[in-house]
Amino acid sequence: MDQLLFNSDYPYILSTLIFLPLAGALLLLFVQNASFARYWALGVTTLTAIISIPLLTNFDTNSAKFQFVQQSSWVKSLNIQYVIGVDGISILLVMLTTLIMPLCVLASWSYIKTRVQTFMICLLIMETSMLGVFVALDFVLFYILWEAMLIPMYLLIGIWGGPRKIYASIKFFLYTLAGSIMLLVGIIWLYKTNNYSFFIPDMMWKSYSISAQVYIFLAFFLAFAIKVPMFPFHTWLPAAHVEAPTAGSVILASVLLKMGTYGFLRFALPITPEAATIFMPYVLWLSIAGIIYGGFTALAQHDMKKLIAYSSVGHMGFVTLGIFVLNVEGVEGAILQMINHGVTTGALFLCVGMIYERTHSRELRSATGVGKYMPIYVTFLTFFSLSSFGFPGTNSFVGEFLILAGAFKYSTPLALAAIPGAVLAAAYMLRMLQKIVWGGTDNPDQSWLTDLNAREIVTLTPFLFFVFWIGLGPQPFINLMHTSVVNLLDQFHAHQGQAVAAAELIFH
Amino acid sequence: MDTTTISSAKLLITLLVPLMGTIGVLLYGKDENFREGVSSVTSIVLFLLVASMLPTVLSGKTLVFQMFDILPGLSVTLRADAMSMIFALVASSLWTIAVFYSMGYMRAHNEHAQTRFNACFALAIFGAIGVAFSDNIFTMYLFYEIVSICTYPLVAHNQDEKGYSGARKYIIYLTTTAKLLFLPAMILIFVLVGNLDFANNTSSGILPANIDKNLVLLLFLFCLFGLAKNGVMPFHHWLPGAMVAPTPVSALLHAVAVVKVGVFCTSRVMLYVFGTDMLHKFHLDVVGVSIVITTITLASIIALTKDNLKERLAYSTISQLSYILVGVFLLSNNGITGGVIHIANHAFAKITLFWCAGAIFIASHKTDISQLDGLAKKMPFTMGAFTIGAFSMIGMPLFAGFISKWYLLQGALDANQMLIVGFLLFSTILNAGYFIPPIYAAFFKKLPAGETCERAEAPWAMVIPIMLTASLTMYLFFNPSLFISLAQAMLP
Repeated sequence: MDQLLFNSDYPYILSTLIFLPLAGALLLLFVQNASFARYWALGVTTLTAIISIPLLTNFDTNSAKFQFVQQSSWVKSLNIQYVIGVDGISILLVMLTTLIMPLCVLASWSYIKTRVQTFMICLLIMETSMLGVFVALDFVLFYILWEAMLIPMYLLIGIWGGPRKIYASIKFFLYTLAGSIMLLVGIIWLYKTNNYSFFIPDMMWKSYSISAQVYIFLAFFLAFAIKVPMFPFHTWLPAAHVEAPTAGSVILASVLLKMGTYGFLRFALPITPEAATIFMPYVLWLSIAGIIYGGFTALAQHDMKKLIAYSSVGHMGFVTLGIFVLNVEGVEGAILQMINHGVTTGALFLCVGMIYERTHSRELRSATGVGKYMPIYVTFLTFFSLSSFGFPGTNSFVGEFLILAGAFKYSTPLALAAIPGAVLAAAYMLRMLQKIVWGGTDNPDQSWLTDLNAREIVTLTPFLFFVFWIGLGPQPFINLMHTSVVNLLDQFHAHQGQAVAAAELIFH
Repeated sequence: MDTTTISSAKLLITLLVPLMGTIGVLLYGKDENFREGVSSVTSIVLFLLVASMLPTVLSGKTLVFQMFDILPGLSVTLRADAMSMIFALVASSLWTIAVFYSMGYMRAHNEHAQTRFNACFALAIFGAIGVAFSDNIFTMYLFYEIVSICTYPLVAHNQDEKGYSGARKYIIYLTTTAKLLFLPAMILIFVLVGNLDFANNTSSGILPANIDKNLVLLLFLFCLFGLAKNGVMPFHHWLPGAMVAPTPVSALLHAVAVVKVGVFCTSRVMLYVFGTDMLHKFHLDVVGVSIVITTITLASIIALTKDNLKERLAYSTISQLSYILVGVFLLSNNGITGGVIHIANHAFAKITLFWCAGAIFIASHKTDISQLDGLAKKMPFTMGAFTIGAFSMIGMPLFAGFISKWYLLQGALDANQMLIVGFLLFSTILNAGYFIPPIYAAFFKKLPAGETCERAEAPWAMVIPIMLTASLTMYLFFNPSLFISLAQAMLP
C-alpha cells in the first residue's frame, strides 16, 4: 500500500465528486419539469466543479503516489475493493471533466428541446462514470465504470442525435465494446496472476513473462486504441461526433477520447513495460499515420463536425506519439495535449453547435460568410481555430512543441515525419475559418443571423481563458504532472531491460 | 545580467501601442475621421517611443523585458538592440506617413470595410514591431505568424475571386513554409541547445560547436526557406500574388513591414543563432550567397518581363530583399553593414515607388507601364518622386540605395569575391533595365491621343507622403550616419 497517500483533510472528496452527479441524476428521475432540470443539472455540475478545486490546491506535487485515496472493501468473496485516488497523470483529466460539464449543460440549454430531464440525467451519469474511470484504482471498479459510460453516451447519440443517430450510436457502442472485451480478458489474467487481487497499483512494475506481456499489451492496445481513436480504429469517431448533440460531441472529444491515452499511461506502460518497448516503434509510426491521415481527411470535409472529428484523429495521433517516445518532454507534452485537445476541440464543437442551432445545418457551405453578421462569434472561432493548429502563444503550441521536442530527442526522421501533420492542421483549420468568416463571392444571405447571446459567450469564455493560460503560462499544469511522469519513466526504463533482446527474438 | 542590459517595461508599452491602436480603431470605426485620428496618433506615439530608445541603444546598451515564461528555455521576451532599432525605426516612421496616404487612397477609391482595413493594418505593425523586438526565436516566430494571419484580410480586401485566390496563395506559402521548415528547425535548435535565446553578438551563435555538419546544413536551409517572407526563391510566389491588395497594403506591408519581417528574421537567425563563425566554418555563407544571388538575378530578369507596374515592383522587391541577405552572407563588417542599412534604404525608396503606383491608379486608373506615356506632364510630382525611388533602386549616387551598394561592393571586395561583385554590377544593369523605360516613357513620350496636359495629381493626402518619402530617400544619401552607426553597433 506504499503507493497510496491518504489526505486526512479531504478523506471523501473523490467519492463526493463521483456520487454527487449520480445523486443529482436520481433526484431528476422524479421531476418532470424541463426548466428545473436545466437549472438543477447546472447547479449539480457547478457544485461538482467547485468541490473539485481543493484537489488542485491540496495536491502534493512532490509525490508520485496516488493522493486523496479512499479505500474500503467491496465484494469480499472476489477481493474487489472500492479504492480511488489521483496522481499527476489523472488529476488534470479529473479537473478537465468537472470544469467542462457545467459548460456542456449550458451548451444544451436551448439546443435540447425534447426530453430535457432525461438528457440531463444522462449527462450527470456520464460525469459520474467519467470521473470514476480516472480515479479508480481497482480494476473491477474501473471496468464497471468504463462500460457504464457507454450507456448514457449511447442514449445521448441515439435519442438526441442527427439523422443517422441509430447507425452512429450502435457503431460507437459496438466498437468500444469490442475493445473492452479483450480488456476484460486481460484483467482476469492479471487478477489470477496477482494473487487474486484487482488492486491496480500492485499490478504495476511486475516482471511478467515477455509472452504474457505481449498478449496483455495487445489486449490493452486494442481497447485503448479504439478509444483514442488511433488510425485505423477510428471509423466510429466521425459517425458518433457528427450525429451526437453538441454536448455529446464535446464530452466525446474532450473527455472520452482521453480515456484511451490515459489507459496507455496508467496501464499499458506500467503493467507491460517490456511489451510496450517491443511495440513502441509500431505504435509511433501508427501515430504518424493517424496524424497525416487525419489531416488529409479533415482537409477534404464539407461537414464542419466531420472536419473537427478528423482533426481529432490527427491531434490524438500527436498524443500517442508523445506517450510512446517515452521521454519526459514527450509524455508531459502528451498529457498537456490531452487537456489542450479537450479545451480546444470542445470549444470548436460548441462553436459548430452554435451555428447549427441557427442554420440547422452542419455544412460548411451554409455557414459561409457569417463574419460580417456575427463578429463576436467569429472572434471566438478564430482564437479556437488558431489554437487548434498550434499557433504560438496558444495552448496547443506548448503541447505540440513538447511532443515534437520529445520526438526529436528520440529520432529526427520520426519527428520530421510528424511535421506535415502540423502543416495540414493549419491548412484545414484556416480553410474552415476562411469559409466561415469570409466565404467567397457567392455567400448565402446570412444577414438574418444573430450574434452570440450572453449565455453562449459565458459558455465559450472559460475555454478561451484556458487557451491563453496554458499557452502563455503552462508551468502550473506541468508542475502538477511532473513528478508522476518522471517516476513513471524512471520505473519504465528500469523495467524494459530484457525487452530489446526479446524484440530481436520475436521479430528476427 | 550584465551591465549592458537594462530591463525596461518601455519595450512592453511600445509593443502594446499598436495593439491599443487596433482596439481604438475597432471601437471608433463608425466615425471615420476619429478612426483615422486614432491611427495617426497611435503611429506617432509608437514612433516617438521607438525613437526615445535610440540614445540608450546607441550607447551600447540593450533593453530587455520578459513577458511570459513558458517553459525552461522558452519565453516571450522582448529586446531592443541596434539591429532591432533599425527595423523598428523604419516600420514605425513609415507608418506615421502611411496613415495619411492610406486615408487618401481609401477615401478617394471609396473602399469598403475601411475599419477592418485600418485595424488589420495596425495589427500587422504590432506584429512587425514584435518581430523587431524579439529576444529569442520563439518570440520572433510568434510575431512572424501574427503578421501572416493579420495581413490575410488585407490581401483579400477586395473580396472578389482574384482577391481570394491571391490571399489563399499568400497564406498557404507563408504558413506552410513556416510550419514545415522553420518550426522543426526551431524545435531542433531547442533540443540541441536547451533554449532559444539569441546570442548577444553576431559571431558566436548559440549552436554547440561539435554539431554535425549535415544537421547544421539542414537547419540552415530550413531557416532560410522557412522564413519565406524574405522572398528567397523558390518560395517567392506569394509576393506577386499579394499585389491584388489595395496599394497602401502593397506599399507599407509588401515593400516594408511584411517582407522586412522576413529578411530581418532571416538575418537575425543567421547572425545571432548560427553566428558568422559557424556560417564560415561550414561554408554556409557560400550556400547562402549562391541561393540569394540566384534570386537577385532571376527576379530582376522576371521584372523586365512584367508590364503591370505593381508586379514589376514586386519582383524588384524580391531581388532587393536578397541584396540584404547577400550582405549578411558576406559575413564581413562592410557586407553586413551594407545589408542591414539596405533594410532602411530600400524601404524608403520602395514605399515611394508603390505609393506612386497607387497615385497613378487613383488619378488616372492606369496600372500598366505601357500606359505611362507622357504621364509626367499630368502628374509631375508623382513621376518626379517615382524617378527618385527608381534611381535609388538602381543605386545611383545622390540616392540612399547608393550607400547600400557601396558597402555591399566593399564587403564583396573585402572578401575577395569577384564573382559576387560581378553579379552585383550585372543586377544593377538589370535594375536600370526595368526602371528606366517607365521613367523615359513618362517624361519623354507623348501623351496618348485624346488626353490633355492638364494637371491631374492624386489627392494631396497621397502626394505629400510621396514627396516626403522621396525626400527621405535623398536625405539618407547625404546623411546616412544614423543607420550606419546602428549597423556598426551590432558588429564587433
